[in-house]
Amino acid sequence: METTPVHVRGLRKRYGDKQAVDGLDLTVSQGEIVAVLGPNGAGKTTTVEILEGFRERDAGEVRVLGEDPGSGGRLWRSRFGVVLQSGQDLAEATVGELVRHFALFYPSPRDPEQVIDAVGLREKERTRARQLSGGQRRRLDVALGIVGRPELVFLDEPTTGFDPQARRSFWDLVSGLRAEGTTILLTTHYLDEAEALADRVVVVADGRVVAEGTPGELGGRTARRAVVRWTEDGAPRELRTDTPTAVVAGLAQRLGEVPGLQVLRPTLEDVYLALVSEASPGAATAPAGTDPQPEEALR
Amino acid sequence: MTAVTAARPAALPGALRLGVARTRYELRSYFRERDAVVFIFAYPVIMLAIFATVFGRDGDQIGEGPDAIGFAQYFLPGMVATGVMLSSFQSLAISIAVERDEGALKRLRATPLPPSAYFLGKVGQVLVGCLLQVALLLAVAALVFDVPMPTTAQAWTTFAWVFGLGAAAGAVCGVAFSSVPRSGRSASAVVTPVVLVLQFISGVFFRFDQLPSWMQSVASLFPLKWMAQGMRSVFLPDEALQIEVSGSWQHGATAAVLLAWLVVGLVVGVRTFRWRRRDDG
Repeated sequence: METTPVHVRGLRKRYGDKQAVDGLDLTVSQGEIVAVLGPNGAGKTTTVEILEGFRERDAGEVRVLGEDPGSGGRLWRSRFGVVLQSGQDLAEATVGELVRHFALFYPSPRDPEQVIDAVGLREKERTRARQLSGGQRRRLDVALGIVGRPELVFLDEPTTGFDPQARRSFWDLVSGLRAEGTTILLTTHYLDEAEALADRVVVVADGRVVAEGTPGELGGRTARRAVVRWTEDGAPRELRTDTPTAVVAGLAQRLGEVPGLQVLRPTLEDVYLALVSEASPGAATAPAGTDPQPEEALR
Repeated sequence: MTAVTAARPAALPGALRLGVARTRYELRSYFRERDAVVFIFAYPVIMLAIFATVFGRDGDQIGEGPDAIGFAQYFLPGMVATGVMLSSFQSLAISIAVERDEGALKRLRATPLPPSAYFLGKVGQVLVGCLLQVALLLAVAALVFDVPMPTTAQAWTTFAWVFGLGAAAGAVCGVAFSSVPRSGRSASAVVTPVVLVLQFISGVFFRFDQLPSWMQSVASLFPLKWMAQGMRSVFLPDEALQIEVSGSWQHGATAAVLLAWLVVGLVVGVRTFRWRRRDDG
């Protein structure tokens, strides 16, 4: 019997007078990688920590691997892995010691040696955690999160502070988990990370889901309209359109060689920023001039 | 043989087995923090050397004639009690506060490791730490300061229960007190003065009978005074009862106070223990 790894309906959590999570719905299907995006304070971490059993919810229906996180036991905990935001703990133990030690906690762990190889830390096996670089440290965190052979992995902002190369190789590592059928719930600030890894993106603002979809179709067709830019009569002009080819053809007919011609697609980042600033004005700073209205100048 | 690897029973490893694994892990981490280990192990030895030398210069002793007691011998029991307190209370209160602050506890909480195995690991580490601590202190006292070691089984029995109760009470109180420091960085600044004050009022550095009586009364509320007194009953001859405040070793009261702290520490520790930092919701 297959259950949906993560099933959330109408989740609510309040801290004092701040409604951190305000009726959030979220589903993660078997084998899927879902990225949760949102500005700081949007309720991402609160939501994930409720799913992991760290916090109690005020209201809503939550099932993680078929169980209520509020009452999940050891067996339930053995079925998922958690990679928290970067920590500096466990400093004095070596990579090999830690991976082997954490493997003992689980009923049917992965082979620790294979996990060390998989995260690319074979060379550092005898190195203490405190001496690892930021990227290596994060790989160790992942190794400890997956050594129990989890069905579901929570990755909380896994590549914050990485250099571009370290991020690429981290993404390869996550893709490898996907290939093995692991379900992954990822929170991130990086749009390119969501684009590279996620099957589906969920944008959260003010404790609610404001949009979701594949990275390619987030925000719907309107938000994805192409922008055609050119210069006419000495002034820059812009047009948002579903048919950029026809627009350019028309311009070419009218102007010949079109001065300053550019055809742009909004990036996931443009779409995201528009969504977030729409949902909670002031929570995110949209690029100057971004306007969600169709058929108007974008920049 | 047929391949039946697919039907693996998903039995969780037992808490006891994990407790042993945690003890090994804790000990390894503990002894790798060299600065802390050196301080905790050397402190009572150095203090014993200083106080024995300062008070015992010119051949001064406590009492006169054949019953006189050297200062090294008089201070040794207090230092043993101090060593147990450092290796149990101070070491746990600081290390758990740091682990909580750094997120190590939260990380463990997200695994199927049972909390009992975590605490078994701490208990194992404290026990080994205390034993090594006291063994080192006794060796230095016997070999360097010629302090006579007790020879009767009765004395060593007393030693065993005072040591055991003291270490256990210190450990659970350490777990409970680890919630007091607001951060890992402030932990040693918060914990050390508590330990130091107790040492001064509990007769570790001075003869307990020469302290002001109000100070003796305050000290009687805390376990260190009783642990030190229990250890004096092990390492000092009965003639030394003359300079005990009550004129008796008070073994019953010692056991009662240490047990009371064990129970109080356990209850408070269980109720206040947090896996996450205070500012983490």
